[in-house]
Amino acid sequence: MTIPPGAHHTLSVLVENKAGVLARVASLFARRGYNIYSLAVAPTDDERFSRITIVIDVESAPLEQIVKQLFKLINVVKISELAPADSVERELMLVTARADGPTRGQVIELVQVFEGVIVDVGHDEITVMLSGVPTKLDDFEDLMRPYGIVQIQRTGRVALPRLDKSAPRLRAVGGKAG
Amino acid sequence: MQLTGAQALIRSLEMEGVEVMFGLPGGAILPVYDPIIDSPIRHILVRHEQGAGHMAEGYAHATGRPGVAIVTSGPAATNIVTPLCDAYMDSIPMVVITGQVPSTAIGTDAFQECDTVGITRSVTKHNELVMNAQDLPRIVREAFHIATTGRPGPVLVDVPKDVAQATMDWYWPESVDLPGYRPTTKGHPRMIKEAARLILASRRPVIYAGGGILKARAAEALRELAELTDIHVVTTLMARGAFPDDHRLCLGMPGMHGSYTAVTAMQEADLLIALGSRFDDRVTGKVDAFAPDAKVIHVDIDPAEQGKVRKPDVPIVGDCRLVIEELVREIRALLDGGTEQADTSAWRSRVSGWRENYPLTYEPSREGDALKPQFVLEQLRDNTPSDTILVSGVGQHQMWSSQYWRFNEPYTWVNSGGLGTMGFSVPAAIGAKVGRPDRMVWAVDGDGCFQMTAQELVTASTERIPVKVAILNNAYLGMVRQWQEMFYDERYSEVYLSPDLPDYVKWAEAMGCVGLRVEAPEEVLPAIEKANEIDDRPVVIDFRTDAREKVFPMVPAGRSNDDIVLPPAQREGAER
Repeated sequence: MTIPPGAHHTLSVLVENKAGVLARVASLFARRGYNIYSLAVAPTDDERFSRITIVIDVESAPLEQIVKQLFKLINVVKISELAPADSVERELMLVTARADGPTRGQVIELVQVFEGVIVDVGHDEITVMLSGVPTKLDDFEDLMRPYGIVQIQRTGRVALPRLDKSAPRLRAVGGKAG
Repeated sequence: MQLTGAQALIRSLEMEGVEVMFGLPGGAILPVYDPIIDSPIRHILVRHEQGAGHMAEGYAHATGRPGVAIVTSGPAATNIVTPLCDAYMDSIPMVVITGQVPSTAIGTDAFQECDTVGITRSVTKHNELVMNAQDLPRIVREAFHIATTGRPGPVLVDVPKDVAQATMDWYWPESVDLPGYRPTTKGHPRMIKEAARLILASRRPVIYAGGGILKARAAEALRELAELTDIHVVTTLMARGAFPDDHRLCLGMPGMHGSYTAVTAMQEADLLIALGSRFDDRVTGKVDAFAPDAKVIHVDIDPAEQGKVRKPDVPIVGDCRLVIEELVREIRALLDGGTEQADTSAWRSRVSGWRENYPLTYEPSREGDALKPQFVLEQLRDNTPSDTILVSGVGQHQMWSSQYWRFNEPYTWVNSGGLGTMGFSVPAAIGAKVGRPDRMVWAVDGDGCFQMTAQELVTASTERIPVKVAILNNAYLGMVRQWQEMFYDERYSEVYLSPDLPDYVKWAEAMGCVGLRVEAPEEVLPAIEKANEIDDRPVVIDFRTDAREKVFPMVPAGRSNDDIVLPPAQREGAER
């Protein structure tokens, strides 16, 4: 499920905080035949707006078209593409893994190495919360798999531009609404 | 002042200058129908909600003002989905009001409930479910603003019954506040300069005029540009009339059934000046092989059209009229500054050679043969006022209408281009006649199309809307028959309709119209003259036409425009 480097694009979409806006955004992707890889949405500090972080697994050419189509939605206020090198990306994962008998210590050790937090403990399973860059979560998932993953829930990634003033920051894409 | 939501809604429509709306009442929209009695807005009671939608479209096509339709919830809302999609594809400004079950019942699968905003989301420019009566004036104001500005399109407002019944404090918003909606109207000056330079340097330029010219009211500006630069103009199906057919620079329609000259001039061009056109597949044919040597200047108000199909060399986002006017100014300035336009004389002589060798043509019927549909259109064209509004359905008759008519004025051609909606013409003609009662309105319909929405002639009769309908009755779903003949070894699967069923004359009479039947060439003119004289009710003429007639030229679907198929008479020795 990992996206090969360079093939994914992260869009940060500022939308009006109104009923049905997420459905508009999601159905636009469905209508145009593009797949959403990851989606996270929540209100911003300004109650009028929400921010949607969308990760799409497409070439640059369709991306430009997606952005333009997205911008035609009346409730979409601003779209920025966040280049991976110029942004901070984080994701949260909850994972329940087998941890019984002799493996329990090994699993807990792994959690510590990855700076995860054990949030629930059962007789032969533990649930771990882990946050970080998406690749860190992927790595943890891979290392846990031999012990047995019972269930897993990831939030999808959220992202903001890096603050380094010398680096190119927000690369605004798209034009005005038509 | 306290009003009910329903009163506020009708009042808002009045504030927007709505003079007519097309609709049909029902349970959920009942409260809104009550204040209509006291409103100066004319309401036209349709027989089917699809009719209301197409009438609103026809009205918008003919007048440039937004069409308004009002229907109830559930099946009424689903019935108007086709016109919404049609208006979306053809960028028609339209506002549709739908009733909805009370907000407390939403989500319960209540009687006549459907998720109207969900269903119409992808076929409207915008839609809104009103949850509070106090929001109604603002939402209506926004709806009209969105429908008519930028790239026009349909907007739907869904009004729950209890919202229409609730009270609110009347206000009219001074302005609209839509932070995410700021259409660009003025073209980028640097791009306009670049475009002007390219135009003057081009040796084989063609102006590719699309429906956006008409939406932007840019017909005059287009003419100025063409005449200033002496560049030929092709007018797409949506742009027929945007440039006069009788103008020496007009090449007519390009595309699948375009004229040989229009199609070939685009293929051979070194510059396409695309104005409000969207590179539809019916125009380009196989995209990779379309106009291979041409640089492209693309003017469109919708940024998403830039590069969607063909990457432009000079993209200009903006209103067609404003951009063309700027372009004309820039070209004049360059010419005044001593820049010379490249020599296009060789190109112009090639174009006139194609025109001479490959005019639109058909073989006239010999004595005793069936009537040719093209002949009927020529007779109609030559025996109606020059400002007649022609409305067509979808199929062979639509292509012949576009080919054989002479559109010398803008807004005289009404048709369903993008969606290709059969059954469009009868209701759209009614809408056009309501918007332009001073004009003669003829609908040219196929027998297949006519059977889809003919019931709206009852609306026309009862509302005294004297439209005229010419059915080109070849007893077939003609365009499907043509494809089966050419591409399916003449295996005619499910396309035969019977010329006698229904009896169109009796059907017309039953609907309150005058019905006429024409079977021979010599009967054509008298029937048209008779129809032209009748002005107190609709007229339907059943023209019995030759079923074997095909639309030529034709570029087979998915093929290159270089593979254009000429009519049989022109095929021998045909070469560029």
